[in-house]
This record gives sequence, C-alpha cells and structure tokens, in this order.
Amino acid sequence: MNRMRTDISFRIPRHRVLDELGRVTAELPAFAHDAEDMRRMYRLMTLARVFDAKAVNLQRTGQLGTYASCLGHEATHVGVAAAMRPEDVLAPVYREYATQMWRGVTMREILLYWGGDERGNDFATPRQDFAWCVPIATQTLHAAGAAMAFKIRREPRCALAFIGDGGTSEGAFYEALNLAGARTLPVVFVIVNNGWAISVPVASQTSAETLAQKAVAAGIPGFQVDGNDVIAVRELTAKALAVARDGGGPAVIEALTYRLSDHTTADDASRYRSPEVVRQAWAQEPLVRLRKHLVDAGFWDASREQLLLEDCAAQVEAAVAEYLGTPKQSTDAMFEHLFAQPTAQLLEQRETARRYAGKSGSH
Amino acid sequence: MIEAIAMAHAWEMQADPNVVVIGQDVGANGGVFRATAGLQQRFGTDRVQDTPLAEAMIAGMSVGMAAQGLKPVAEIQFMGFIYPALDQIINHMSRMRYRTRGRLSCPVVIRTPHGGGIHAPEHHSESTESLLCHVPGIRVVIPSSPARAYGLLLAAIRDPDPVVFLEPARLYRAVRQEVADDGRALPLDVCFTLREGGDVTIVTWGAMTAEVLRAVTELDKEGVSAEVLDLATLSPIDSGTILASVAKTGRLVIVHEAARNVGVGAEIAALVAEHGLYDLQAPIQRVAGYDTVMPLFRLEQEYIPSVRRIVDAVQATLAA
Repeated sequence: MNRMRTDISFRIPRHRVLDELGRVTAELPAFAHDAEDMRRMYRLMTLARVFDAKAVNLQRTGQLGTYASCLGHEATHVGVAAAMRPEDVLAPVYREYATQMWRGVTMREILLYWGGDERGNDFATPRQDFAWCVPIATQTLHAAGAAMAFKIRREPRCALAFIGDGGTSEGAFYEALNLAGARTLPVVFVIVNNGWAISVPVASQTSAETLAQKAVAAGIPGFQVDGNDVIAVRELTAKALAVARDGGGPAVIEALTYRLSDHTTADDASRYRSPEVVRQAWAQEPLVRLRKHLVDAGFWDASREQLLLEDCAAQVEAAVAEYLGTPKQSTDAMFEHLFAQPTAQLLEQRETARRYAGKSGSH
Repeated sequence: MIEAIAMAHAWEMQADPNVVVIGQDVGANGGVFRATAGLQQRFGTDRVQDTPLAEAMIAGMSVGMAAQGLKPVAEIQFMGFIYPALDQIINHMSRMRYRTRGRLSCPVVIRTPHGGGIHAPEHHSESTESLLCHVPGIRVVIPSSPARAYGLLLAAIRDPDPVVFLEPARLYRAVRQEVADDGRALPLDVCFTLREGGDVTIVTWGAMTAEVLRAVTELDKEGVSAEVLDLATLSPIDSGTILASVAKTGRLVIVHEAARNVGVGAEIAALVAEHGLYDLQAPIQRVAGYDTVMPLFRLEQEYIPSVRRIVDAVQATLAA
C-alpha cells in the first residue's frame, strides 16, 4: 500500500480599503465613486450611532429594558446591508440594527422589542427576515435552511447570517457551515469579531489564528475584512453574495471590529477590560475615517454634517415618541399566535388572564 | 404501520409541492425503518434529502425552510437522539409564530420512533414524550395503528404549526391492516375511543394500546367492561372525551410506557382530579414505566407495563 499523505494549506485573505485615517489603501470599488451611494451609507451609520446613544439613555432612565448597544459596529452592519438585495433574507443576532434599518426595520420596532413587546418582531418590512435571535448561533441554521429553500425553488436569493466571535464556539455554527458547504447553499456567514463575548476575549474562545479559517474544515472559503471600513465590508460581502447567488456556494466573512460599549446595558465592561484598550480602539472606529474620506473626496462638508446630525436627532426623537406612545398589548396577546388557532386550553386560560388583567403582583 | 407512514408521505408530497422530506438515511436508503421508502426515487433529491448527521441542524434547517414557506417533514432517527434538536424545537420552532406575531411560522413535522420492545441498542428505545408536551406551541401526536398513522401523519403535515410525530417502533411491523390511500386525514387534538365500556376508563397511547387491548380481553372474561381511549394527541389533551368517559365509568386507569414521574399520565390524573373528582368512585391508577433508565433489551419487557400489571391496576380500582 502506498504511504498516504495529504497536504492541505489554506490562506485567509484580509481586505481593507480605508485605513483608520480615511486614506485609500486599495483600489476603490465602483460604488465608492457614487457620491449619493456613499452618503447614504454614512447617513445610516450616523443615525445608528445617534439611535444607539438614545436607546442606552432610555434604558438608564427606566424607559427601555436591557439593550445591546451597536457602538463601533456601524461599518460592518451598514456594509453588509448595502451588499444585500431586498429579496435576500437576513438572520441577525441582536445587535445589527443598522443592517435591519437599511432593510426597512424601524427604530420604533427595535425599541418595542427591547422594550418588552413582541410586536417589535413583526417588521412591516422586510416581512421574511428572521427576528432577533438570542440563543447564540442558532440563527446560522435558520439561514442555511432558508438558503436550502431558495435552492430547492431555484430562486436567485441568498440568506445571510450574522454571528459573533463567541458564537463561533457553538456547535450550531459548525453544523450550519458544514451543511452549507455540503449542499453548496446560497448563504453567507458574517462573523462580527468585536473582540468580546461578554467578558471573554477571543483568545480565550479558540486557539485558531482567525475565526474565518473555521470555514476551511467545511470546505468553504473564509475571508477577513476590516470591519470598521464600510467600503471593504460592502465590497467583500457583495462579492460573496454574488458567488452564492450564482450557485458558487457559501462563504464566511470575519469582520474585525471592536465593541466600544458594554455587552448590554446589564453589563459593566470596566470589570474585565482596561480603559486604555478601549481608548486605543476608539482610534480605529468607523465613522471618523469614513467622514474624512468623504470630505477628501468632496462628497461631504461641515454644513451637510450639521444638517445630518439635526435630522438624525429628529428621526430618533420621533421614533422614541412613537414607541413610548404605543400602549402595551392586552393579556389576550399571550394567547394569540401561539398556534394558528388557539387550543381549548388556551381559550380557557385566556379567560383567566382577562379576569385578572391589571391585577398582577401584589395588587 | 411503516407502509402507511410511507404512503402518507407520498400522498402529501404529491398533493403539496412545498412538502420536503429530510433526515439521515431517508433518501436512497428510504429510512432505517423504511418509513420514507421510494420517496426519493419518485420525488427527487431536492425534495427528499439525506442530511449531514446532526440533529440540531436537522431541526434548525427545518425552522429556516419553514419560515420561508416550505413544509419540512424531518426524521430524527431515534428518540434518544432528539435532544440536541430540543434547542431549536423549544427556542425557535415552537415560538416562531408567537414571537413574530404571526409574521413567520413553522409548519414542521418532526418524526421519530418512540419506545422500546424491538431489541434495539442503547438509546434506541426512549419514550420521553413528556419533555415535549411541556413546551407551549408544539403538538405531540402518536398513532396506535396503521390507519391512524396514515390519517394523523397527513393531519400533522397539513397543520400550520409544528408537530412532533412519535411513531411506536414496536408497531412498525407488528400489525397488518389494509389502509385506504385516500388522502383523508384524521383530526388532531382528539382521543379515539378504541372500545366502549362501562366499568372503567383506560387512557393510553402508542404501542401500549396493544397491551391494554389484551388486558381488556382478559378483563372481559372476568365480566369487567373497560372503555379504552387512545389519547393520540398527547399535547394538547382532549380533556372533554376523557372527562365524559370518567363521568360514565367512575374509574380511571392511565397506562403509558414512559417513566411515571411527571409523565403525561400525571397531567391526565390532574385534569380528572380538577374537573372530574366527584365522578370518581375509586382512586386513579397509573401503570407506567419505572422511574429508571430504559434498560438494555434483556430487561426491556420487565420495564414496559405488562398485561398483568394493567389487569391488576384495573382490579385495584374496582376493589376500591
């Protein structure tokens, strides 16, 4: 018998277009020459940041439940959104508000969800995107399943799942990658590597040098991208989606960014990471570099910035007013939509709940 | 029963192009028990797919497919392997409709063999249905004959919500019964009265119906007339039929193969205690599997409630 020997080597390309000072370090893709297209991305990144600060403030003042901030992730979230088509399907984690807002989810819906109301998951648009997913990594399988549905029906659509760095330790993630590779599914997995799974740094999750290389064992390509560079994220994601849509199979993209906030409003990151590390991370953040680039390109100026900030504040205030003005659901809501038709047991218990409505706790 | 299950699959795949069958070995092999025999040859590899070997993945991809409009019928090869899938079943499948206020839904059927008595290896003989019955938002259904397997599986596939469909493994090849392949579903959420009687009500389901019906034959010889209800849908329970029967007979014996502790029998006993106590002329009896691990097959017949235990329980209620 011949001596068996298999040599496998792989490389994980890393993509970046804008450096942290907004300088162009690679060839600009076509969309980057379109001033309005670029401004649209910058506007949404700014809106997400203004919204995020307001949401944290609402939680601090008792007007919102626990909230997961997206501070620092804006380029990854908007870059991915801009690469997707409306008919594609997004399987988010619970932090990618800017991606969802690009696709039509409203700030009122986001606030309703974190404000303890399931109607936040009933997006007016996009109707087929998955709702927020709290059980870590489980959404990657939903994306693979959706992609399987598109493949079976020969629809030129893709699914895209976000997952965090911690999520890549979950079995569901590997199972989704394996399925996607084995069946050449039109799905792209975007790992948002923000350095932290609550208090656990990436180096404690894995000894793999990159998270993108986890794709290799599933037989699919893995890429890294500067997740604070919206141009690079959009360009790479668009390429991966084009391949997937064309029947070329899935991809994994690891977006390298940094969680500038606490994990959620229930967390205090100062317990486990030094202010110095966070200060350094701020030097890499995504908005400043994009603004510099837009100004250099002649796409942006101080007066546009002023108008944008005023507009964002007004939009956020309007959404907050809508959210705060939305009355809570009646107790009947607990018994609706569990099944298409409520069971006899649910109808009976609905009566009990009605009888005790408003008399909860010690009242 | 196994042919009836394959027949129901085929009928509904023919009738509804959204029905897709997935699982381990369901394709070329037609399932390890042959429940999906011939389907891949007839409907192709897109609609009858062998999946990679990962139960959480089978359930999770079913969620994704169903949310995008397909109707997956997914096989978990044995009930002892369903546990990795519970994350997806409990956290997503059961509540997709609820948490999106009806925007998305999960019309999925998870089929899995249930129970012992087939001399199978370890982990192949589980009856842990009460784990699933506790979860809001899913139906748990178990047939007890080829005709009911056919009709209930059709109903499960047509149902707009998730159904866990348990198939009593020792009935797969136990009984021969002609089943009309007419596409007619049986109703979910109702018990089937297998036999009318006036002295005692016996509620059971799945493979235990066989032992119960044999016990009833014994009891007949002693002049005891037992009414036998096949629960069929384990969640939600058809309380009306059970309460009406107990009102008539005044006595209740519940027989299940699963361990007694927090078994579905406890829910039925509680139901009758809450709503039918004054109809009872004797304490309720439960005849169940013991609260221990399902033993390997040399002892499995000692674990599964026997005809003798059932007869004794009935006589105990009559003596009370």
